Amino acid sequence: MRFPLASPAAVLVFCLLGGCSGVQSALNPQGPQAAHLARLFWIFTGVCTAVWLAVMLVLLVGLVRRTPARTDPLRLDARSERRSLMVVAGAVVGTLLTVVALTALSYLSQRQLFARERPAVTIKVTGQQWWWDVRYESDAPDKIVTTANEIYVPVGAPVSVKLAATDVIHSFWVPSLFGKQDLIPGQDNEIQFTASRPGVYRGQCAEFCGWQHAHMGLLVVALPANEFQAWLAAQAAPAAEPDDAERKRGAELFAAKACIMCHTIRGTSAGSRVGPDLTHFGSRKTIASATLPMSRGNIAAWIVDPQGIKPGVNMPNVSIASNELDPLVSYLAGLR
Amino acid sequence: MRHHPVADVSHLPTSGFGSVSPIWWGTLGFVALEGTGFALAAGAYLYLRQTNGQWPIGAPPPNHWPGTIMLIILLVSLWPNALADRAARDERLDRVRLWLIVMSLLGFVAVAVRGWEFAHLNVRWDSNAYGSIVWFILALHAVHLITDLGDTLVLTALMFTRHVTGKRYSDVSDNAFYWYFVVASWVALYALIYGVPRL
Amino acid sequence: MTSAETAAQTDLRDTHLDDAELHARLTRTWRTGASLIERLSSVDHKVVGRRYIITAFVFLCLGGLSAIAMRMQLARPEAKLLGPDLYNQLFTMHGTTMMFLFAVPVMEAFGVYLVPLMVGTRNIAFPRLNAFSYWVYLFGGIFLWASFMLKIGPDAGWFAYVPLSGPEYSPGKRVDVWAQMITFTEVSALAVAVEIIVTVFKQRAPGMTLDRIPLFVWSMLVTSFLVLFAMPAVMVASTMLILDRLVGTHFFNTAEGGDSLLWQHLFWFFGHPEVYIIFIPATGMVSSIIAAFARRPVFGHLPLILALIAVGFLSFGLWVHHMFVTGLPQLGASFFTASSMLIAVPNGIQIFCWLATLWDGRPVYKTPLLFVLGFIAIFVIGGLSGVMVASVPIDAQVHDTYFVVAHFHYVLIGGAVFPLVGAVYFWFPKITGRLMSERLGRWNFWLAFIGFNVAFFPMHILGLQGMPRRVYTYLPEMGWGPLNLLSTAGAIVLFASFVLLLINAVRGAARGAPAGDNPWDAGTLEWATTSPPAPYNFPRIPFVTHREPLWDNRESLPVVTGLSVDVREHVAGTVTESFPQLRESSPEPSIWPLLAAISVAAAFLASIFTPWAVVWGSIPVAITLTGWFWPKGTPEDEE
Repeated sequence: MRFPLASPAAVLVFCLLGGCSGVQSALNPQGPQAAHLARLFWIFTGVCTAVWLAVMLVLLVGLVRRTPARTDPLRLDARSERRSLMVVAGAVVGTLLTVVALTALSYLSQRQLFARERPAVTIKVTGQQWWWDVRYESDAPDKIVTTANEIYVPVGAPVSVKLAATDVIHSFWVPSLFGKQDLIPGQDNEIQFTASRPGVYRGQCAEFCGWQHAHMGLLVVALPANEFQAWLAAQAAPAAEPDDAERKRGAELFAAKACIMCHTIRGTSAGSRVGPDLTHFGSRKTIASATLPMSRGNIAAWIVDPQGIKPGVNMPNVSIASNELDPLVSYLAGLR
Repeated sequence: MRHHPVADVSHLPTSGFGSVSPIWWGTLGFVALEGTGFALAAGAYLYLRQTNGQWPIGAPPPNHWPGTIMLIILLVSLWPNALADRAARDERLDRVRLWLIVMSLLGFVAVAVRGWEFAHLNVRWDSNAYGSIVWFILALHAVHLITDLGDTLVLTALMFTRHVTGKRYSDVSDNAFYWYFVVASWVALYALIYGVPRL
Repeated sequence: MTSAETAAQTDLRDTHLDDAELHARLTRTWRTGASLIERLSSVDHKVVGRRYIITAFVFLCLGGLSAIAMRMQLARPEAKLLGPDLYNQLFTMHGTTMMFLFAVPVMEAFGVYLVPLMVGTRNIAFPRLNAFSYWVYLFGGIFLWASFMLKIGPDAGWFAYVPLSGPEYSPGKRVDVWAQMITFTEVSALAVAVEIIVTVFKQRAPGMTLDRIPLFVWSMLVTSFLVLFAMPAVMVASTMLILDRLVGTHFFNTAEGGDSLLWQHLFWFFGHPEVYIIFIPATGMVSSIIAAFARRPVFGHLPLILALIAVGFLSFGLWVHHMFVTGLPQLGASFFTASSMLIAVPNGIQIFCWLATLWDGRPVYKTPLLFVLGFIAIFVIGGLSGVMVASVPIDAQVHDTYFVVAHFHYVLIGGAVFPLVGAVYFWFPKITGRLMSERLGRWNFWLAFIGFNVAFFPMHILGLQGMPRRVYTYLPEMGWGPLNLLSTAGAIVLFASFVLLLINAVRGAARGAPAGDNPWDAGTLEWATTSPPAPYNFPRIPFVTHREPLWDNRESLPVVTGLSVDVREHVAGTVTESFPQLRESSPEPSIWPLLAAISVAAAFLASIFTPWAVVWGSIPVAITLTGWFWPKGTPEDEE
């Protein structure tokens, strides 16, 4: 009788290496909170692995050791029963101590992680089927910035994210910056995190929210403070006027077609809040909630067949003539 | 496998009362799970009250009189219920018949009063969450009133047939036991539905 | 003196009958007839238990097929095999089927079959209720799968979180089907729980004091109490959901004072004990198998019982750990961290006691024991990853990711299905009278063990790499492709192991070697009777002198006499000492439970289309229930 001890152990090592890589990994921390979480994870993993190995060792030794055959199953040796009792009792005490220690560790981590400080930026994120509305709060109405699916933050400063939902429950999760928190209709949640380094960090909705739960991604873009302020100022501005004939044509088409029923482009007559704000659409890195990279081809594909790319999405397939597509794409790509 | 007798059970009776009877334990099991259902519904009520600043929501507290009258009827019914139980344990058919008929009539009155209660809650089930939970709890209890009434009616009918045996008396006793639960749960739910909105 | 007592006294008793006469008369009294009506009327716990087990395995197969379909879709990024609509239905059906139609019923099924045999009685308590519960379960499962086949399968997840499952975001009948079938099938779980509690409390063989109750029976008893106090929560919740959807109540509607977290509280107040409702019977199976194959009684009988009870209590104090990321107050959340971790202690006690038993015993490596050893290796991983997810901060990362998918499959497949398959190999000879093949059994085990780990271990990593649950596809640049492919390969191997189990069972039933009464030389009472057991279970009710009666009485089993052979009778005794109190009669077969189940099912089904169905439906329900309880001249009981 052999036990395949080696295979889970090998997979375990593989796991521990594998978990560190990847574009959305919890074990590739890019901020103090995520680093703390990763450290806590490794401590727990270490303790649990040790416990598992110990249990397997006892099991294996217990199986291979030579025990004299029992003719009568009821004839037990009182001395060895007592010894077993001592060992089991010891193991139970050990379990209890381990559990208490891990609980204490978890609690201290929790207090540290969820401690609040004065945020440098406060962002309101509203989850909707299946995209993220992002708003930078400000006392001055003309400084309020609305965007979608991409959150810009300054490096090294605490960022507060207020979480809300208007339809169903979603969950905001950018693993390399912080753990997840739900967005629940009728309830206000808030998390704080800091990004240590400039970079683009991917996140994704983690609570099942319907057909396109799988394609409800978002990006967090961390910039040095001055670049962040520049970005914010640029985003606060209304949309640039189309500067050539094709783009003008695109703007007219946008206003004439169903697009205007759902989207806002600040500085134009488009003001509906059903879908994402497109004022600076062309400056974004992705389309359709971090599903497609930003490119003219992808914009065209998305406009022509949103239902093919994200079946069930609230954006309908709008009939667009072939000579209308290019102007529309140019207009949208030009909203920088 | 070979066997050898060591004891004889032929002298044992074939029916018993209270905890001797397996059906009593079965009834207790159902009381436990239904009591859990009531407790959870009451918990949901208090939870919704907690999450809403205002309680009751958009309605005056329910008119307590129908509920109070229900409470009085149910408390009064404890007396004939206890008599039915005792008559069953004494296996006195005439008294069992009498008190079961009384209990059946009281059951009908209770169900009628429950209808009156619904009409005086001052809120509809589809007005808001407060209305929903009040109707839910009241309906949950009404289901118990109705099922126990049905059970009592069947037992009453049985008592006028040839099926009267020791076991049937035990059934009457278990039915009486279940009624205690129906009454006790109403005392708690009455305090919840009519008391809590007035706090 | 009443007529029944007079009749009983003229009854023929088993006291002086010889074995052949006893067998003939008891068979006539207790048998299930061969005609269709008689079969449908059967109230024999073995007949009903067998149907339960087979039905549960059919649902396992359906749940497994839906898992394979999902794994095929996820094997590579952006696969187009299944769209989001079908995928969402499949994972909803998978979870609902595995939890409500397979895991809980199959454990209760083994309880229904084995508990009366293990406590030495002739039928389960309330056998008609038992038959009713089976039909209810069968109809509920059929309706759920029929609606899936008709393309109106529920698609809001087995957890059906509001508002997604509410009237606004899940229009149509899909979630209605789910909510009503959940309420409906839970009726059967509750009924079986009451039957098992009363059977264990009142129908144990004389002499079977509390400390002589077999561990499997203890585990079913504790499980039944969990069902009793946990299942009402899901019934309350699913009823509220259907009312929100059908008659416009606002329990979960935030706009009208409702609360979406109320659903989560109610659902998980049931949902966490649910895990233990599945796991605790499995621990009883493990104890039975280890005792038989380590060739000694399980070490630490009393600590094991206390651990079971402790797990039962603690399981009601854990539900909030499913809600750590909903923004609950921090201090409250950490209380649930503490309770969730604390449950590792009683579970640890169980593992340590089994290890001590194996250490001291001389193991016989038959297939059931292999599955138990596999259980220890896998379940301990699941338990330890459970300690990890119990921590609020760690859960913030791994919650709703594939890490959690891996965790609970380690707990549920490792902790419950491995012991269950072991139990199938272990008790198959008792149920059918024939042995399954050991050779196929070993193949079965190794395929299951390897397939399981290959399928589920990579999911831990996927979760840490950021893969959320319940996604129908993922982008190629996420880098999750290779591990998903590996996982799919493992799932196919795991599925193959179940095909092998099916082949082995069918082959074994048809032409397995005859088993004899006690093929494993085990010590508990179910092995005292023939394989398969006669309709009356035991020719005479055993008298129990020891925790392992068959090891204590190797030559001849002590029994009690004096029961009727022409009327269905068994002994009812005191709860703690099992001192005989009554010669309790046991109900005759009846078609009414089936008719009652049909009328209740019709009322539930129709209520999806009009709330008035509840009112009109109550009439046939009342008629069938009255028919059920109306005596036919012979004394019988009810409930």
